[in-house]
Amino acid sequence: MSLSKIKFDKKIILTFWIILIALIIAAPTLLPVFRLNLLGRYLSLSIVALGVDLIWGYTGLLSLGQGIFFALGGYCAAMYLQITSSSEFPNNIPEFFALYGVEKLPFFWEPFRSPVFTFFAIWTIPALVAGLIGFLVFRNRIKGVYFSILTQASLLVFFNFFNGQQKLINGTNGLKTDVTQLFGQMVGSESMQRMFFWVTAILVIASWFFAKWVVKGRFGNILIGIRDDEPRVRFTGYNPVIFKTIIFSIAGALAGISGALYTVQSGIVSPQFMTVPFSIEMVIWVAVGGRGTLLGAILGAVFINYAKSLVSEALPASWMFIQGGLFILVVTALPEGVLGWIQGDGPRNLLQRFGLKRKIETYPSLEINNKEKK
Amino acid sequence: MNNKDLLNLIDITVSFEGFLALNKLNLNLKKGELRAVIGPNGAGKTTFLDVITGKVKPTNGEVIFKGKSLVGRKEHKIARLGVGRKFQSPRIFENLTVKENLEISVTTPKSPLNLINKNIKDEQLNEIERLMKIVNLAQKVDSKAGSLSHGQKQWLEIAMLVGQKPDLMLVDEPVAGLTDEETDLTADLLKSLSGENTVVVIDHDMEFIRRLDSNVSVLNQGTVLCEGTMETIQKDKKVIDVYLGRPED
Repeated sequence: MSLSKIKFDKKIILTFWIILIALIIAAPTLLPVFRLNLLGRYLSLSIVALGVDLIWGYTGLLSLGQGIFFALGGYCAAMYLQITSSSEFPNNIPEFFALYGVEKLPFFWEPFRSPVFTFFAIWTIPALVAGLIGFLVFRNRIKGVYFSILTQASLLVFFNFFNGQQKLINGTNGLKTDVTQLFGQMVGSESMQRMFFWVTAILVIASWFFAKWVVKGRFGNILIGIRDDEPRVRFTGYNPVIFKTIIFSIAGALAGISGALYTVQSGIVSPQFMTVPFSIEMVIWVAVGGRGTLLGAILGAVFINYAKSLVSEALPASWMFIQGGLFILVVTALPEGVLGWIQGDGPRNLLQRFGLKRKIETYPSLEINNKEKK
Repeated sequence: MNNKDLLNLIDITVSFEGFLALNKLNLNLKKGELRAVIGPNGAGKTTFLDVITGKVKPTNGEVIFKGKSLVGRKEHKIARLGVGRKFQSPRIFENLTVKENLEISVTTPKSPLNLINKNIKDEQLNEIERLMKIVNLAQKVDSKAGSLSHGQKQWLEIAMLVGQKPDLMLVDEPVAGLTDEETDLTADLLKSLSGENTVVVIDHDMEFIRRLDSNVSVLNQGTVLCEGTMETIQKDKKVIDVYLGRPED
């Protein structure tokens, strides 16, 4: 990479940050609370997208099961909110239990009375589950498509389990959070939603810095090495299993944080978070934004989701076609995603195609030109 | 087997669903030795490296390296014991720079915690500088490895191998696709590495092997046909029959 290119990239990134921070500061005053809430949700989705970029863009692990970890984070948050807001209900347990005749709180709910436990559970439980699934899969050297299929199968297992357990976690109905209380206020209230927007915005930026730190130095280079030539990494004396398990856990933790933030802003967590299309959408955000760029993951998640809500309001039921078309367009025309295209030679090539910029003359073409002159 | 031996392969047999890639192969390497291994296509040269580095588990037989058995150990464990390998086609990390490639090879310990927490040690940076000078890549420090020429890639991979500081270097076809001049330089480089290191070179190129001026093992049908200096094996009738071909006159 030449020096001017690096400066160019730095400028793009700096401009982006200035615009982003300005928007985040301005958003709560500019946007009505409904739009602000939507933006907050999409920002929280960008955290799970960052995780997808770490494992897929950098390490080459295409997981179609990030919904598992996303939902686990969401359930952790929702269980805490439900149990701490259940004092008026029979037996002092969340309301829905009465529907199924459950009188005693299931044991695994107990620790969620503690805010400290919940704070850690939101990211450690998904990270541990991801680490366990990842270790078993990676140790057996399951790679590529087989890895993707396995993660999707795990997703279905989790979906079916959560969907069927009415007596434990309200099954298919999920857990509502908007009518619960936090710090003496309704979670669904306007002031709380504004607060969650700020928390989300800060966490997105913090996650970005964290992800950047992970991929920055030699650790990140090993991840890229695993993506490009895993056996070579092995023969150099590194154990790829450990590296892959770590990065998969990190992505799981990010998904959990993302899920918790999404849950409190959308007002409910349900097994719908673990449907197959939703986890595939996460991959699409990253593919469109640009794999291996981190920033692309954030932009992809926010813009595609915003487009989704705008399009769905104007032309209901057309979004799936547009999303499919977008994915096909990116795969065929912009395999590096939008940001990858901008950072690469994309804009120059486009200008050349319209004759606005002269081509650089390379050696072979110089030879051809000379021959023609003769 | 004696104490000076770094590596002993004892009766190694590798069977791929009945096909014997290696058949009771025996080979001993002394510490500091430079050894060339030649053989026709399908003689089992690459499988022989796969067995030592742990990629292929032998059906039968024993690999003893520095007094320890390597059979059943994972690849990265064998690499950490001190076995380095250069692949047939250059396998470098094309999306990383020359320097980053070398960092990966010289870094110790190779644990995630060390990589994420600490900066690279000064002596390792010095080692990288030294390696880049040896293989003439000092100008290309920050270029993507993918942008190097074929010869430069071969040399980068050799530099990465040296950077690992292995006791045993296994070098598979290091001069494939190199110019004559580059071939000569590579031969000199490998010769200078032996003595301190033990080096096994696999190749087809007779001129190159001759220039290495080392003991040669000839493989055929998964077993060692003949061992000795270049002169000896060139006179061996069995070798002439299977590999070198009869003189054309």
